[in-house]
Amino acid sequence: MELAIRNVRKEFDRFPALHDVSLDIRSGELIALLGPSGSGKTTLLRLIAGLDFPTEGKILFGDEDASFKSVQERNVGFVFQHYALFRHMTVAENIGFGLKVRPSASRPAKAEIRRRASELLDLVQLSGLENRYPNQLSGGQRQRVALARALAIEPRVLLLDEPFGALDAQVRRELRRWLREIHDRTGHTTVFVTHDQEEALELADRLVVMSQGRIEQVGTADEVYDSPNSPFVFGFIGESSSLPVRIENGELWLDDRPIDLTIEGAPNGKAQLFFRPHDVELLDGTGGIVGAVVASRRVAGTKRLELEIGGGRHRVEIEVPATHPATNASRVAFRPKRWKLFSESGQPYDPAPVEAVSYLRAPRLQAKVSPAAKAS
Amino acid sequence: MADTAIALRSVASPVTETRRVRATLITLTIVVMVLFLIAPLIAVFAQALNLGLEPALATFNDPDAIAAIKLTLLVAAIAVPCNLVFGIAAAWCIAKYRFPGRALLVSLIDLPFSVSPVVAGLVYVLLLGPFTPIGAWFLEDFGVRIIFAVPGIILATIFVTFPFIARELIPLMQDQGTGDEEAALSLGASGWQTFFYVTLPNVKWALLYGVLLCNARAMGEFGAVAVISGKLRGETVTMPLQIEIYYQEFRALAQVSAFTLAAVLACLALVTLMIKTWLEWRYADQLAATRSGH
Repeated sequence: MELAIRNVRKEFDRFPALHDVSLDIRSGELIALLGPSGSGKTTLLRLIAGLDFPTEGKILFGDEDASFKSVQERNVGFVFQHYALFRHMTVAENIGFGLKVRPSASRPAKAEIRRRASELLDLVQLSGLENRYPNQLSGGQRQRVALARALAIEPRVLLLDEPFGALDAQVRRELRRWLREIHDRTGHTTVFVTHDQEEALELADRLVVMSQGRIEQVGTADEVYDSPNSPFVFGFIGESSSLPVRIENGELWLDDRPIDLTIEGAPNGKAQLFFRPHDVELLDGTGGIVGAVVASRRVAGTKRLELEIGGGRHRVEIEVPATHPATNASRVAFRPKRWKLFSESGQPYDPAPVEAVSYLRAPRLQAKVSPAAKAS
Repeated sequence: MADTAIALRSVASPVTETRRVRATLITLTIVVMVLFLIAPLIAVFAQALNLGLEPALATFNDPDAIAAIKLTLLVAAIAVPCNLVFGIAAAWCIAKYRFPGRALLVSLIDLPFSVSPVVAGLVYVLLLGPFTPIGAWFLEDFGVRIIFAVPGIILATIFVTFPFIARELIPLMQDQGTGDEEAALSLGASGWQTFFYVTLPNVKWALLYGVLLCNARAMGEFGAVAVISGKLRGETVTMPLQIEIYYQEFRALAQVSAFTLAAVLACLALVTLMIKTWLEWRYADQLAATRSGH
């Protein structure tokens, strides 16, 4: 089932929760709505489900306008953040509920409902727990039951609200992989909401990054991570450092020093430079960006340096090999390998020659790092 | 001495009170219970059987007493279901919706608790009495007398017992939120199916307590009913009123009748209490499941 969201706006008591959101979801796709709390991601999911109606705009299921269809008419499977399992029903009764409440003409026989329930329990790997009550299950098991219950009605679309939000890290990872498997096996168009970027990057075919009621960017994990189109996305997805710079005739300046980075076709003026802490190359000389180390932390196989630049006016983080000899107060010069420049109003400066440069340089840089790796 | 105290303290949990405090509290509770609850109950039965069993049983030959028992049961049988419906509706809209005037509604539900029942009765008399426009309209067009008749007694009882069921349900339904209902709707259930399969089972225990409390009060209500009934013997006299009438007659036999009827009323209350306890015991596992749902 293809979904289309067309210029949807949603207000709660005249407080806008979504502004003019448009999105196309392909059939069979696994989509993540990613954003901080208050970004409108759950609101969008509930609008798709029909648990709320849009103030303006349309929601299309295929070619059919579903904007003001009730949740029952839309036939969606919705998995709630806290599962919302019916506590007075057994697992099997919970799963069979959607079939039991059908009008008598299309309602399967009791035995058939029972059979479907245990089939779905097999699918979610919980066979044998038919007669348990929800409060006798662990969080991960409840989550699986909630999913089986949503799948029982053979939904056209599967919607999940923070599906792994209340689970501990170990179970989360496990369930993530498992959800991906179920999705690939059943082929449902699936939309899930999360604030966890790792979850979104790992699980989804495409990500919809949202902030303050707007869609910031839609794309695959690679697209969103490698070419973020706004300062928000750059800052929200992955780790990032940023510096306020100035463009002068295609050259970038930090305070009163040029930093050996150039950009073509950008007007002179202030701009914001973004880069990833691990996408930097260390320089021997004094070129590039120079900073004083104020803190260093060992993070797994690498070392994180916190640098103070321009006499303490700016702070950035960079990643260096674990064997790097930097100590506090020592000076380090670096240059971002990949970076992105945004105007003060948040517009990206395109086309950035950045990509080409960084890809050309990448092999040489890796060669530069590898001797250290070999030595260790 | 000091050693034993230390030994005792090391055994007890650090987050509960000492044995002495606990013993004091428990004793106090039991003494108050015996003094104010159990002793009066025993006194009622003792007074009823003061002259032996026969005079007590003779009460049930008095047609007035029988009429009073019937009327009380009738009033409860109508008032409790009415308040069941009103209570669920009120709790539902307060707990599940946001609308202007919601806070006002919450405090209005408590009105019958804060207004004296006598005042409530008087208000009904002033509003619906035979010489008021509404009362006259009912009397002339429908031939229905409201005040000094059964309809008025039922109305007054509904008013006085209105908060019991709503009060039990509101906090629970607010606590449960609308998640389960949304889940049911998303699975294709209709509004009524959602109500009967999901909402009602989720609150059934609170509902039961509410109904029992409401019923106890409906059978025992005196003030409002006393004002509104007109005390027509055998017609508009409920059990509490009949007890008072007997009690005011200074005949020994009437006194026995008063206490016998009081004992019957107390027994009705005890029976509801026993039903509640039995249900709790019978469905203990289910009760535990619904309480620790999440």
